[in-house]
Amino acid sequence: MEILVCVKRVPDTAENEFELNSAGNDLDRDDLVYSVNEWDNYAVEEAIQIVDNVGGSVTVVTVGDDESEEVLRREMAMGANNGVLLSDEAFEGSDGKGIAAILKAEIEKGKYDLILTGAQADEGAGQVGGMLAAMLDYPYASLVNKIEAVDDAVIKVGREIEGGNQEMNEIQLPSVLSIQTGINEPRYVGIRGIRKVASVDIPVKGAGDLGIDAAKVGDAGAKTKRVDYFVPDLGEGAEMLEGSTDEIIEKLIEKLKAKGGL
Amino acid sequence: MSSIIGPANFEFFGIFPAAILSFILPVVGVGLFAYIMARRLAPLVRAAPDYRFDHIGRRIQKLFVIWLGQIKQPRYMLAGVLHIVIFAGFLILSIRSVSLVIMGFSGGFVMPGFDGWVGVVYNFLKDYAATFVLIACIIAAVRRGFFKPARYAVPEKYGKDHTAEAIFVLGIIATLMISESLFEASELAYSLKETGEAHFVAPLTLVWILKHLLSGASFGFLQGLHIFSYFLHDVTFFFFLCFLPLGKHFHVITSLFNVFFMRLDKGKIKPVRHGVTEEQLDDLESFGVKKLEDFTWKHILDFYSCADCGRCSDQCPANAVGRPLSPRFISIKARDLIFQNYPLSGEIYKSKMLVEDIYTEDEIWSCTTCGACEEECPLAIEYIDKMVDLRRGMVDEGMVPQSLQKPLKALEKRGNPYGKMEKKRADWALEKEFKAAYTIKNLAKDEADTLYFVDSITSYDDNIQEIARHTAVILQRAGVDFGILGKEEKDSGNEVLRFGEEMLYQDLKEQNTQAILDTGVKQIVTADPHAYNALKNDYTGLPPVRHISQVVAEKITSGALSLKPCLDPDKVYVYHDPCYLGRHNGVYEDPRQALDAIDGLTRVEMEKSRDRSFCCGGGGLMLFYEPEEDTRMGVLRVNMAAEAGATVIVTACPFCLVNIQDAIKVAGKEGEMEALDFTELIARHLR
Amino acid sequence: MTQIFAYIPFKNGNAEDVALEYPAAAEKIDPSASLTAVVTGTGPDVDAVAEEMTKTYKEVIKISHADLAYPNAELVRKALTDALPHDAVILVPHDTFGMDLAPGLSVKMDAAYAADIVDFEGIDSNALKMIRQELGGAVYTHVTSDISTGAVITIRPGSFAPTEAGSAGGTVIDKSSEVKDLAAKRKFLEVVVAEVGDVDITKSDVLVSVGRGIEDEENIELAQELAEAMGAVVSCSRPIVDAKWLEKSRQVGTSGQTVKPKVYLAMGISGSFQHLGGVKGNPFIVAVNKNPKAPIFQVADVGIVEDILEFIPELTEAIKSQ
Repeated sequence: MEILVCVKRVPDTAENEFELNSAGNDLDRDDLVYSVNEWDNYAVEEAIQIVDNVGGSVTVVTVGDDESEEVLRREMAMGANNGVLLSDEAFEGSDGKGIAAILKAEIEKGKYDLILTGAQADEGAGQVGGMLAAMLDYPYASLVNKIEAVDDAVIKVGREIEGGNQEMNEIQLPSVLSIQTGINEPRYVGIRGIRKVASVDIPVKGAGDLGIDAAKVGDAGAKTKRVDYFVPDLGEGAEMLEGSTDEIIEKLIEKLKAKGGL
Repeated sequence: MSSIIGPANFEFFGIFPAAILSFILPVVGVGLFAYIMARRLAPLVRAAPDYRFDHIGRRIQKLFVIWLGQIKQPRYMLAGVLHIVIFAGFLILSIRSVSLVIMGFSGGFVMPGFDGWVGVVYNFLKDYAATFVLIACIIAAVRRGFFKPARYAVPEKYGKDHTAEAIFVLGIIATLMISESLFEASELAYSLKETGEAHFVAPLTLVWILKHLLSGASFGFLQGLHIFSYFLHDVTFFFFLCFLPLGKHFHVITSLFNVFFMRLDKGKIKPVRHGVTEEQLDDLESFGVKKLEDFTWKHILDFYSCADCGRCSDQCPANAVGRPLSPRFISIKARDLIFQNYPLSGEIYKSKMLVEDIYTEDEIWSCTTCGACEEECPLAIEYIDKMVDLRRGMVDEGMVPQSLQKPLKALEKRGNPYGKMEKKRADWALEKEFKAAYTIKNLAKDEADTLYFVDSITSYDDNIQEIARHTAVILQRAGVDFGILGKEEKDSGNEVLRFGEEMLYQDLKEQNTQAILDTGVKQIVTADPHAYNALKNDYTGLPPVRHISQVVAEKITSGALSLKPCLDPDKVYVYHDPCYLGRHNGVYEDPRQALDAIDGLTRVEMEKSRDRSFCCGGGGLMLFYEPEEDTRMGVLRVNMAAEAGATVIVTACPFCLVNIQDAIKVAGKEGEMEALDFTELIARHLR
Repeated sequence: MTQIFAYIPFKNGNAEDVALEYPAAAEKIDPSASLTAVVTGTGPDVDAVAEEMTKTYKEVIKISHADLAYPNAELVRKALTDALPHDAVILVPHDTFGMDLAPGLSVKMDAAYAADIVDFEGIDSNALKMIRQELGGAVYTHVTSDISTGAVITIRPGSFAPTEAGSAGGTVIDKSSEVKDLAAKRKFLEVVVAEVGDVDITKSDVLVSVGRGIEDEENIELAQELAEAMGAVVSCSRPIVDAKWLEKSRQVGTSGQTVKPKVYLAMGISGSFQHLGGVKGNPFIVAVNKNPKAPIFQVADVGIVEDILEFIPELTEAIKSQ
């Protein structure tokens, strides 16, 4: 099975404390560390496991700047066979649809049976997979936490739905799936693994190579745009509730209601 | 001396010379033994290199103390004494056995040099040796067969019980002792009967008893018994020789070599591959131990040498809390696999990935590298290096539990396992009261003689930051001119190395080494034994490293520090030895000295202390690992402290503090007991 | 005039809570906009829900089709693409169904897409200004969408105040006939229900988390009762799992689960670094601990110094009586 996994380089939520810059409109990016989006990592592991079982190859692709190459190398160190970097100034500022359109152009240049994305990334939108599928007219399933190959043309997938239940679907190939965390246990990639693939050639493709109209992607083509970042005032330390137990409970219930805890 | 016919001149049925048989037996026996040994050497030849030919003097000294001196044996008194008796008996009787073999075809043979008084003394000695060995064998057999000490039990998952083999071998040894004595006693009885002349026999020895028992026997019987016991001894002797390399009694042969080639440097981890420098690591195809032959030859020799005594597992904290690890079976399972893959004849089989085949991932991650097993092993078998090598193999294959992947990634990105920002590494010094009273030099800007290496947990864990502040106060009051690295400091990597992530460790080590050398400090002090161990033993080229307890002990002696009388004289203190301070680095007395310098402080000792200290549960990355276990090591440790009558457990390691504090709560002893770091106790008592 | 359509998900004939949250959202998008509920399904269930919606919405579009018995997003997408105007604003909940449906729908509608919106700040010349979170809730952002060619927007359930189901006296418009062929390359097979006791604490918005302060296994029940009253799930810190009072899957922390709830009640949890490492997404943290110096109070939003063994039953009682 030929599998393409779309990955993204994101600020690492586990290893960062996010603060705004002095102007207050963007993140303070000086001390941020980046890594591959956690969900994408599960998607790559899943792709590798499928290929280990039924044969084929795994290609990882990302849309981003030069620095995004590091996440491709990390995923190749995991066991992905090929990497492709889609990079062009014209791609900057793309919204979800822009990214999906760029990926679609690359996908149409190859022949993939299965396209995987992470269920969501740093922005938490969970949009690219579904858009890509719709653009390609491929069937789509989101939040996939189980994949069973049935035959060359059909797979069975489980989707994680509310209450920890699992929705089972049969999907025709080629298809696009967005992968939920916990579908597998991604293998560990250390510095050594990355160094081993340090010299592997990763092709870089721009708008011209992909035959993309620069006006349709990037900031120019984006219908949805981020204006700024901000942090609502949260105050320091806990607000201590005092008084009799009854009074405290009354105040607490009020607060819980306001925050959706009741 | 007598006219009994010895085996060299005896003829079976009056025609067949026994000498032929007694010549063939050793030829066949030695030949077979040589063949078996050659097969047994095959895996050693194929194994990874290991450099063990250095420090010959120290090695010979170890040989005298550990092998010949049996220094570890009495740590288990009864078994140890029995073993010493049998071991000493073997050494003494080996001379007798060799001369017996030669006597078989060369009548009247006497070992060169044994014809005078030496021979008389030797004979006296060896008669007692044989007697004591026989008694030891009987006691040992009764002990194994009837009393069945728990540490010999074989849990079902590890295969069948080993008692039969043990008793069988004891039987063989007993046969050797009895046949040897019969051989001599029959001759003596014959001679007495014939000439009426009594030779001196060491009283109450086996020979002595047998001689008396045989006094009424006929000449014919004695002659027959003489020849029979000779060949019984000869056959048993060569059978035993060839049987040794087939099981746990291989140690009779290998122990000499195993002790000679033992690891000399405590606290250090072997390089990924001997002969490959750190710069060449990138060129290695594979890391660590994946297959049998990836072990070094010394480690294979370890497997051969395991005597199955179970002392390692009896001391192992992981085994004690029901984790899926028993060091004894790390050796036994590997040895069984070697025997299976390298059969005595025919094809040699290829090894599969060991972690999957004979070991499990959890088994290998369960080890806290506390070193209790190695400390105990009478044969100097190593475990930590093997664990690290197996982990290196798993890391290389990506087999790392998710719970460990997070902190490893954080270490890679941020230099600490918590993923906290580098610039917050010195935030412990910003606590209001502390900041008002003390200013900590940052060696990136300022200069000082001494570096205080804080390490990750003390820098970032809110509850543990106190240790950093107390350490700083002590250093300041002791007049030490010190500073810290601040955000230039990375995790020391003690556990990164020991969890098999070699390249990440190398990275951390390089960054720290560079940062430390840039400061130009003359010494390094730390309050974290894990950092102490890494900087002192694993890093190279750094100024001397000391633990805060060593500094305190020294400054008390010199008078630079003086301590108030005990603030809580009603409490009973016990000192818990952290593995990386005690066992791995031999710092046992300094912290105790410092505690005892507090007037009126009542201090008790736990039964398991100093080099038998019991691990609190492990530090560094071990805090993140989620083992299967029945209880926590810390809980057992707290109970030990309670048994010793202590109400305050003083330790000198941040990880011990975390684990023991937690354990006190889990054990439901909150209020009754408390855990205290050494630095806090000292800081409180500073005059 | 902005046309807004709100997709009404339902289970067993009952509309989900978000159905009552759309009106507030629509109000914030454009007070003058028309708001239409859209219900898809089959049989008496869809009829009942559509009827129910007329109490809240002036206009309710009903699409009834045998193939829509289970809300297969691929089929629902086709139905909505066929039945709704392509220049409208379509609201969908940001949940496991919405995430399956909405991105593809925006492509087929050729409309702008905005996901997981927690607030709207109105329209300024075709640019709809919205608030959402990024980086697991660590930061907020303002985003704008050009809605001139329509928009598909998923809203975070619980972010908008629900309206009381009133008597809007709306009408049901049956658009079933506008739906063409509903064939899809994805076929729904079945829902595998999670095993009892196999609770996924990472998926719960409200967690009642207990620590050592619970003192005894029997007291776990107190937490369970509170969680039940709140519609929450019980989680815990490591010592509770160590004591085997709760299963491992309920442990929050670096060595346990990483949870991203909206509200986190830390009951008798001191707040070790290892434990808090598992609490992400900046939830509203309520800490109850009898030790006023417990570090948990440093990170909590609301702190209460009480013995949880006395406090929890009273709180449960008070919530139940509401």
